[in-house]
Amino acid sequence: MEYVRAFLTAGVICAISQVLIDRTKLTPGRILVTFVVLGVILTGIGLYEPVVKFGGAGATVPLLGFGYTMAEGVKEAIAQRGFLGAFTGGLTATAGGIAAAVVFSLIGALIFKSRDRS
Amino acid sequence: MDITNQEYKKLYQKASPPSPLLKDASLAFVTGGTICTLAQAIRNFLLSQGLDEKTAGASLSIILVFLGVLLTDLAIYPKIAKFAGAGTIVPITGFANSIAAPALEYKTEGLVLGTCVKMFTIAGPVLACGLTASVIYGLLYYIFA
Repeated sequence: MEYVRAFLTAGVICAISQVLIDRTKLTPGRILVTFVVLGVILTGIGLYEPVVKFGGAGATVPLLGFGYTMAEGVKEAIAQRGFLGAFTGGLTATAGGIAAAVVFSLIGALIFKSRDRS
Repeated sequence: MDITNQEYKKLYQKASPPSPLLKDASLAFVTGGTICTLAQAIRNFLLSQGLDEKTAGASLSIILVFLGVLLTDLAIYPKIAKFAGAGTIVPITGFANSIAAPALEYKTEGLVLGTCVKMFTIAGPVLACGLTASVIYGLLYYIFA
């Protein structure tokens, strides 16, 4: 059941994104930006937490979840460190994924050969 | 031919093929759903190994990013993305793809000014806007909560 909920949640999020890409001027890059910011806002007003409870990885793995992780990180950092946490929380919570993406991409570029895009 | 804009629009709609919107959205639904169901399985495995919620979440991100980068560099991810659209863009594997693809493609322009600069073409704006949003949220939260 947990897997069905993850599948449905992620499916709905991705289908909505596809409609936005097809029907508006949002390019994939803008979709990513929009979703991370929207994730922070939705978490801030308390609307995303229930989605995460319902969908599990189906809610945290799409980029809305990236914004959710940032916002949750901010809350936690403020609880621990006060004002400074507003600045450190977002990046601290997502540091693993960001560092991994940069480092693996760099290593990949060193190892693999650049292809023609044809 | 002397026709109004509205008449032209009707003619145009008649001549256009049916919108692929439903097909696109269904493919995005299934692909995105599948990626996240796999992610849920990895997460459950990590939890079963005794990792706490937060460690499991962060480890899951790193594993998915690794897979996203690897499949991009092996030229497999773009093949899936061709029909999956948003289903491969929106999950965190798509974020990894947005960094890995230009990193490899612009290798020819040098490691620093090619790879290291271009890898942030999409990730840069995502981080800039995401971080700004999180700091604004943090300030509001600090003041009002």
